[in-house]
Parts: sequence; structure tokens; C-alpha cells
Amino acid sequence: MEFAELIKTPRVDNVVLHRPFYPAVEGTLCLTGHHLILSSRQDNTEELWLLHSNIDAIDKRFVGPLGTIIIKCKDFRIIQLDIPGMEECLNIASSIEALSTLDSITLMYPFFYRPMFEVIEDGWHSFLPEQEFELYSSATNEWRLSYVNKDFAVCSSYPPIVIVPKSIDDEALRKVATFRHGGRFPVLSYYHKKNGMVIMRSGQPLTGTNGRRCKEDEKLINATLRAGKRGYIIDTRSLNVAQQARAKGGGFEQEAHYPQWRRIHKSIERYHILQESLIKLVEACNDQSHNMDRWLSKLEASNWLTHVKEILTTACLAAQCVDREGASILIHGTEGTDSTLQVTSLAQIILEPRSRTIRGFEALIEREWLQAGHPFQQRCALSAYCNSKQKWESPVFLLFLDCVWQILRQFPCSFEFNENFLIMLFEHAYASQFGTFLGNNESERCKLKLQQKTMSLWSWVNRPSELSQFTNPLFEANNLVIWPSVAPQSLQLWEGIFLRWNRSSKYLDEAYEEMVHIIEYNKELQAKVNILRRQLAELETEGGTQESP
Amino acid sequence: MEHIRTTKVEQVKLLDRFSTNNKSLTGTLYLTATHLLFIDSHQKETWILHHHIASVEKLPLTTSGCPLVIQCKNFRIVHFVVPRERDCHDIYNSLLQLSKQAKYEDLYAFSYNPKQNDSERLQGWQLIDLVEEYKRMGVPNANWQLSDANREYKICETYPRELYVPQIASKPIIVGSSKFRSKGRFPVLSYYHQDKELNAMANRAAGKGYENEDNYSNIRFQFVGIENIHVMRSSLQKLLEVNGTKGLSVNDFYSGLEGSGWLRHIKAVIDAAIFLTKAIMVENASVLVHCSDGWDRTSQVCSLGSLLLDSYYRTIKGFMVLIEKDWISFGHKFSERCGHLDGDLKEVSPVFTQFLECVWHLTEQFPQAFEFNEAFLLQIHEHIHSCQFGNFLGNCQKEREELKLKEKTYSLWPFLLEDQKKYLNPLYSSKSQKFAVLEPNTVSFNFRFWRNMYHQFDQTLHPRQSVFNIMMNMNDQNEQLEKDIKDLESKINQHKKEQTDGIITKELLRSVHSESSILKTSLCFKEQTLLPENDSLQTVEGSSPADNRYSEYAEEFSKSEPAVVSLEYGVARMTC
Repeated sequence: MEFAELIKTPRVDNVVLHRPFYPAVEGTLCLTGHHLILSSRQDNTEELWLLHSNIDAIDKRFVGPLGTIIIKCKDFRIIQLDIPGMEECLNIASSIEALSTLDSITLMYPFFYRPMFEVIEDGWHSFLPEQEFELYSSATNEWRLSYVNKDFAVCSSYPPIVIVPKSIDDEALRKVATFRHGGRFPVLSYYHKKNGMVIMRSGQPLTGTNGRRCKEDEKLINATLRAGKRGYIIDTRSLNVAQQARAKGGGFEQEAHYPQWRRIHKSIERYHILQESLIKLVEACNDQSHNMDRWLSKLEASNWLTHVKEILTTACLAAQCVDREGASILIHGTEGTDSTLQVTSLAQIILEPRSRTIRGFEALIEREWLQAGHPFQQRCALSAYCNSKQKWESPVFLLFLDCVWQILRQFPCSFEFNENFLIMLFEHAYASQFGTFLGNNESERCKLKLQQKTMSLWSWVNRPSELSQFTNPLFEANNLVIWPSVAPQSLQLWEGIFLRWNRSSKYLDEAYEEMVHIIEYNKELQAKVNILRRQLAELETEGGTQESP
Repeated sequence: MEHIRTTKVEQVKLLDRFSTNNKSLTGTLYLTATHLLFIDSHQKETWILHHHIASVEKLPLTTSGCPLVIQCKNFRIVHFVVPRERDCHDIYNSLLQLSKQAKYEDLYAFSYNPKQNDSERLQGWQLIDLVEEYKRMGVPNANWQLSDANREYKICETYPRELYVPQIASKPIIVGSSKFRSKGRFPVLSYYHQDKELNAMANRAAGKGYENEDNYSNIRFQFVGIENIHVMRSSLQKLLEVNGTKGLSVNDFYSGLEGSGWLRHIKAVIDAAIFLTKAIMVENASVLVHCSDGWDRTSQVCSLGSLLLDSYYRTIKGFMVLIEKDWISFGHKFSERCGHLDGDLKEVSPVFTQFLECVWHLTEQFPQAFEFNEAFLLQIHEHIHSCQFGNFLGNCQKEREELKLKEKTYSLWPFLLEDQKKYLNPLYSSKSQKFAVLEPNTVSFNFRFWRNMYHQFDQTLHPRQSVFNIMMNMNDQNEQLEKDIKDLESKINQHKKEQTDGIITKELLRSVHSESSILKTSLCFKEQTLLPENDSLQTVEGSSPADNRYSEYAEEFSKSEPAVVSLEYGVARMTC
């Protein structure tokens, strides 16, 4: 297919662009296969360079011959284009609609993007499962890498390599896979070096209404328990929902067959409920005319912060089981690809200092989201402005990032990255020039040959010139478990995401710069003191030798 | 003291306010003439000033003892369980007596002795001079004069002696105007805005009704609809009820916040101040502000308006001047509004607290525009209720003079100024003229619940690391480093010189050789407190999963939570 077919009017002059915080500009609008570009008339500088895939929805209006297109972006920004000429406007609108909703992944921008920077480290190879496993293997020999899924035959949403208990062979894994939703047999998510306890994750057990059991499954998870100890299974559904799942062939672990495990049900909402929550929240934030009562009631009605609290609380509970109770845990909901991953990854943020570094957090996203099979392509296809009641869109990953931001706010010195890093990840999950978040799992990514045909986000981010904008100047490494407060009074609306286009952050940005300045000045002074001290010490020794002939 | 029957009770439990499974600390309760003191088994002290106690309640006897709930005006709530009912009863009665004084002379300020002599005391009171302040504004001038009409408080008892009025306002005009205004509070100058191009002023008066437009040419009326003191009192009450709930859900929190109306009131006050500012700046108009009596809402709007217009009031000293001018001298009834004495509860209202909260919201929007930090606001709030200093006692200047406060008590301001390091905003930028007039954004989403005020003492709810504190410490450290560099450089120079002279003084070298200890301490894990002064007033609580109540299953867990979290986890150090 040629993009040209979709672009009836590639260029319109005298278009006026309105966007938050900037004065309106008049210029020339150009459409390319992947971008909408507006260059101002006077000096031809590019004022806007927008990926079609970032467009969530558009509205058009006409007043006489002047048409207006309102573009609503997946990052929640709203911009307006005034286009002279009804035909031009209609052409542009239909092109944008078509180009922003291409169904073929291989037509998307990452397949066409040619980086203008030199690749120092290929991000596709930055976080290999074997290397990640090495971090554990020095501490334990109870676990092994299994290649049972190397051609994605056992579980289509798992990566080729997974970590499982050493005592369980691949044959048993195949059996267990038939007993778990989507073939997602329990695998290692996190190993707590301090006490050897682990977090595992899986899909729901397929017990069905007649209480099916699977000896290998019981054996697999029991293999992670120490003699006489019990473990916890955290089911991210309410007991009621879990019981209802049996009618559809799913279910939960029966006490009788898992006597050493205690099951805890924590209800985390899924799919469309989260999507509706996001739509309501963004709508509330975008309406500046709300009086206080209306704003507070809209904020409440969106339930967004309730979801944040539920997810954080469950993650803290999981971390508490591992660190304080000295117990291993298994986490799952239904598929094990959404709420399960929110909980396992946040628990690691709480427990594991490494996951609070930039590299560690990237590795966490690679391991617990990409490799673990969170269906990014489905979940992030549309954002807060979509009207269609599609089933698969859901801001699961954004909620995870919001939870990380909440912990970052409470422990501002414990993270190597700053808020911009989280915002950047949100943007790239929804629209990107990089291939990292394309596809729904490793199997799809392999078929798409992303490693060969697209650039990894990490290749770009991990360049020193980029990293500087994502680095938290307050970071001071610590080896602590950090326990956030989950009280409603301690949680906040993530303004950097939700109010980003609705108010100027000028004064806050300037204050941040001042903070960075003070910290840099501090480093400078420390360095200078050290140099002077050395100088003085040298003078002293010289003096000493002079003194004793 | 005759009110104290029991001075010490052992084996008292202090319950965690938000714990669902009655987590507690055991310790000893002491009652002194001025404070209630609880020392727990880890020797951690919780001091509660009697004057801070808003209410004491004895709950029905339980198996573990007699519960005693104390609510404080600084929003601390403590829940004790006293083993013997007899002791509880004694403490309860004593606290009832001690927290409600009938006479000003029994308040703490009259016995508080910071070991200063009379001239130091007097100097302290002279620190803030309002005549100087009007001079700073450029008054008196061709249009404004200092009037001696109220020199003997004959025209208005609740105004100060010195008042600034238009040059054309003769004494008969003033007398006539005062008879027309509630409580004789005729229009007087509150703030005079000096600018190269424009001169405008805000002034204040009392209302009860409003001006008939027909009789005032050139005047535009604007009603801003700030609610009265009774609405504000019950609004705060509702807010405190909501956020004191155990196991509060997000939805209950926000619907409670909405239902209390508190943030709506805060926004209304700021909106009124912005209106005033715009009238002066944009329309070059003078503004007359009044409510019914002119000592509550009028004070809020005039002082906030001045704060938006004039960067001087955003300094530590300037803020003190602002409070002295618009609140203390113009007769905001601090003693009645704060309930200093046992009196009419209907006169109590958090009007000044609202003002402080409005200022806090401004500091959040303009992080570099204020010389002072949040701790300064919290400390002032602490002292409007503490009755430790004379500034806020009484309801107007006349009453303060009669109480001879300047001879018998101390002024708060020199003490705050002496400690000003603790109250400095590390990001303050004094040079930038761009902040000359603040234009805050009052779209509703800019307003947030002020957790650090209303949960000041609920440590588990706060961030475990405070950026502000770190930046403050870093500024200190930078100062120290600059000094170190100077020292080192001069020693190196001296050394070089001496070396050429062939003389070496080893002594000199040793003195700078040890690393300055300040460099070795991590700034991030220092104990964090919201109020830097009176550290002993802070109860220090360790944070742990159980404190945060992640789950009702927590109590089923095999081990009980250790009372003190081991340092290995770091949380105990980090929370505090």
C-alpha cells in the first residue's frame, strides 16, 4: 500500500495552529505517511511535528469556508488547526483518520524510522534473560533457565526463556501449562536475596466447575517452599469473581490441593473499567470551568485514584509477605498479563533497590511487561479520547507508571530516574518511532522481526545525552525496602501527566532548575575542596621532606 | 497547681490513630503546669501544651482501661488508654481545668520566661514597627495623612491608634463615617501600592449592609461571597471528621473533601484577593474591602491582596509585618477566634488558619517567590494557639494595651527571626522582579488538601524523604564548603609562602586535615520533621508495613510486628 493513496491533499497554506501555552501560529501544513507537520510562514521553522499514531481522535467543524480540525492526542494534548477551504479540510481530516488507524503494524513508523544518532549500545541486546538470570544464580541454585517455550509452542504469550524451579523438568512444565490460563505456568518473577523468598506469577488455574487438579502444578509451586513454611497466593480478583471464573473453565487454587498455601483475594479492576476511569479523569482535568465541588466530585467519580490505591496496596501486601513474613508468593488474576504484572513489578520497586535505577527499571519493564507478555499493542491502541467501545484498550501500563510516580513522590531520593522518565515511557507506549512497545508478546515481536527492522527505545534512551534529562539529581542509592503510604491523603493526582496541557508549569520548572543548580554547585564545591585538600597534603609532605634532611 | 491531682500515671497506652487493630505504645504520662507529657518505652517524648487542647473526651471503659481522647488545635489527636479509671478521671478533670482558662493572666505567656531582660523584651516588641511600614509604602504623602482621630480609641475601639486616611478626611468626616459603619470601623488605609505609573490603594471598612450605589459615584461594586465564620467553623469540623476516619477510602476522602466545602472557601478567598489585585493593577483603581465587621474576611482579603501585590510581604520579616498590620492591629479577634479563654464557642473560627492555607497554596504555585517555607506557616499556626507569646492575645490593640502585654509577655517575632534559618525557602529567588505581582491560577484542580497542616502529627502519611529539607541542608552545606575553600586556599597560600621562607608550621596543617564531617552525612536520610522547632513536640513513629495497613490480613501474619523497626530496613530512620 502506498501512503500517497491516503493523502489527497499533502499540503495546505495559511493554516492556523492553536495549542496549549503557545500563541497561535500561521503556517503551512504538510502531511507525510507518518507525520503531521506545521511550519510557520515567516522563517519556515517547524512548529509542530506530530506522529499520526499519537492521534487518538479528531473532531471537525465548519464556519463558512473555514474548517477547524481538533486533534486529540494519546498523550492527552488537544490541538486545533484552522484550515481555509472546506475541501482541503475534509481531505486532511480523512487522511489523518486513515493514517492514525493503520491496521498493519508493519506500516507503522518504527519500520520506516532511520535514527539520526549513532547507536552506542543496541537496546535489543541490553537486557537478555540469561544475563538477568546471572544476577540470581550467584545467590541460589534452586532455579534454572528453561527453554521449553523456545518456539512459543507451550505458551504463546511467554518468552522463549523462563526461570523455573530446578527440580521441575520441562515435561512437567508442559503439563502444568495445560492447567493454567493461556498456558501461563508459574514462573519466577523475583528472587529476594535477603531471605531467598520469591515472587512467582502465572495465569489462573483451569479448575473449572468440577474442581480439576494438576499434581505437577502443585509440585511446581510447592518446590519453592522451605520445609514447614507456607506461602501465599495473591489472586488479583475478588473471591466472587474468581468463583464465577470457574463456570468459564477458570478458577482458583483449592485449599484441599494446596494445603501449604494461603489464598488472599485483592480486587484490582480490569480492562474497560480502567479505560472508562481514564476517560472520565481526563475529561474532568480538561474542563477548566468546573467549580470546586464539581471538580472534586468528578475526580472522585473517575475512580482513578481508587485504582491507584488498590494496585499499590496489593503490591505492598505482596512485598510484605516476602520481606516481613518470609514467605514465597504466587500472583495471578485471570490471564496473568495485566493486574498480575502491575503487582509483581511494583513489589519489586518496593523491595529491590536495583529496580529504582534507570537500568534496573528498564530491565524491569523488559522482564515484567514486555517479556511477560503484556499486550501493549491491544492495550495502548487508543487512549482517553476514543469513543468506540473497543474491548481491549486499557491504561494498565499508565496505572503502573502512576503508582511508581506515587512512590517516587514519597521517596524522592530513592530513584535514579525522575518524573520525565515515566512520562517518556508513557508516551512511547502509546506512540513511538521505536519498535520496543510494538506487538503483544515476544512471539509476535519475533514474527515482526522487530530486532532487525526497528530501533529499540533503549538504544536511544541510554545515550548519555538523553539520560541527563531523565536523571534524578536527588538520587542517593540505598539498599532499603521502601514502604509507601497508601492512605488517600498520601496519594495525589499525577499533575505532570493529567494537568500537563491544562496549565503552565513554568514556575514549577524554574524551581526544579534551581534545585538542579544547587545540587550541581554542591558537587562543584565538593570537588574543589577535595582538590585543595590534596594540594595541601602534597605541600605538607614536601614540606616534611624538606624539614628532615 | 491546684488543678493537678495526679502528676504521673504509668502503663498508659498511646494508640495509633489510624490503626484498625489497636496498635499501641506503652509509656508513662506526666502532667505539668503547662504540658501533658507522654514518654514511651523507647524514651520518645510527646509534649502537649495545655493551651493547644481543643477538647478532652473520656470514652466508655474497656477491658484494657479507660480511653481518653485529646484533640488539639494544631490538629494533633492522641488516644490514650489509662489502666485505672480513677487516674483517667483525675487527668481528665485536670486537663479540662488547665485547657480552659478564665483569665488572660493565667495564660502561658504571662509565666513564660525565655530569660531575657526588660530591654531585650522591649527591643523584641519594637522589631515590627507599623509606622515604618506605612513609610515604606510611601505614606503619609500628598493624598494620605496620619489621623489622630482615634488616638484615644474614642472613634473605634477595635482599630489601632494610628490610622491613615485621605488628606481631605477632616475629623467631622471621620466621625460621620464612623457612625455610619458597623462598630465605628470607618474606611482606613490598609495598603498603598507604589508604582512608577500608578498609585492605588486598598482600604478597609466594616459593613453590615452595603453602600447604596446611587450615593457613590465612580464606584463599582463586587460581591465575592466568602462565607461567614460559622460556616467556616463547621466546614473545618467536617473536614477533620473525614480525614480522621480509620480505613478511609479514596472515594470517601474526596466526597468528604467536597462535602466539607473547605477548598471551595479557600478558593473564594484567593479569588477575592485576585480581584482586588487586578482592580489595582489593571484598572488602576482604589479598592474598599469590607464584610460585616471587617475583622475576618476583610483581613483575609486585604492581607492576601497585599501579598500578591508586594514582594516585601513574601519575605520572612515582611510576612510578620503583614500579620501585625492586617490582622493584629486592625483587630482580628484572635483570642475569640482561637478560643484562648473559656468562652463562647460560636466565636471560634479558623479564619486565620484559612489565611495561612491560602498562602501555602500560593507557595505551591510559586515555589521561588517566598522567602519562607511551609514550616514557617506551621510554626505561626502553632503559636496563634499556644498563648506562649503576647502577639495574639486579646482581640484588639486597646485590649492588648490594657493587658500590658508588652511589659508582661514576649513577642514571637524575634524568636522566629533568630531561628530564621529553619524557615528559609531554599529555592527562594529574591532578585527576580518577574514575581513582583503574583497572578495565581485558581482553576479548581490547582487546589489540594494541605496534608502537612491537618496531618502534621500523623507521620505515617507523609513522604519519607523531604526534598525541601534536603535542599535546605544542601544550601547550608554549600555555605560551609565555600568557607572550607577559603580556609584551604589561604592555608595553601600561607604554606607556599612559608615554604619559600623555609618555615613550616605543622599545627596549621593538621587543623584542616580532617574532613569536615558535614560531607559524610547523607542528606536524604536525615530525620524529617515538619516543624523544625520544638523537636520534642514531635512524636516519632517508625514506619513499617503494619503502619500503612496494606491489608486486614496483616494481623493474621505469623509474627507480630516489631515495635521498633530494625535499622536494617531503614524505614525507621527514614520516617520519623
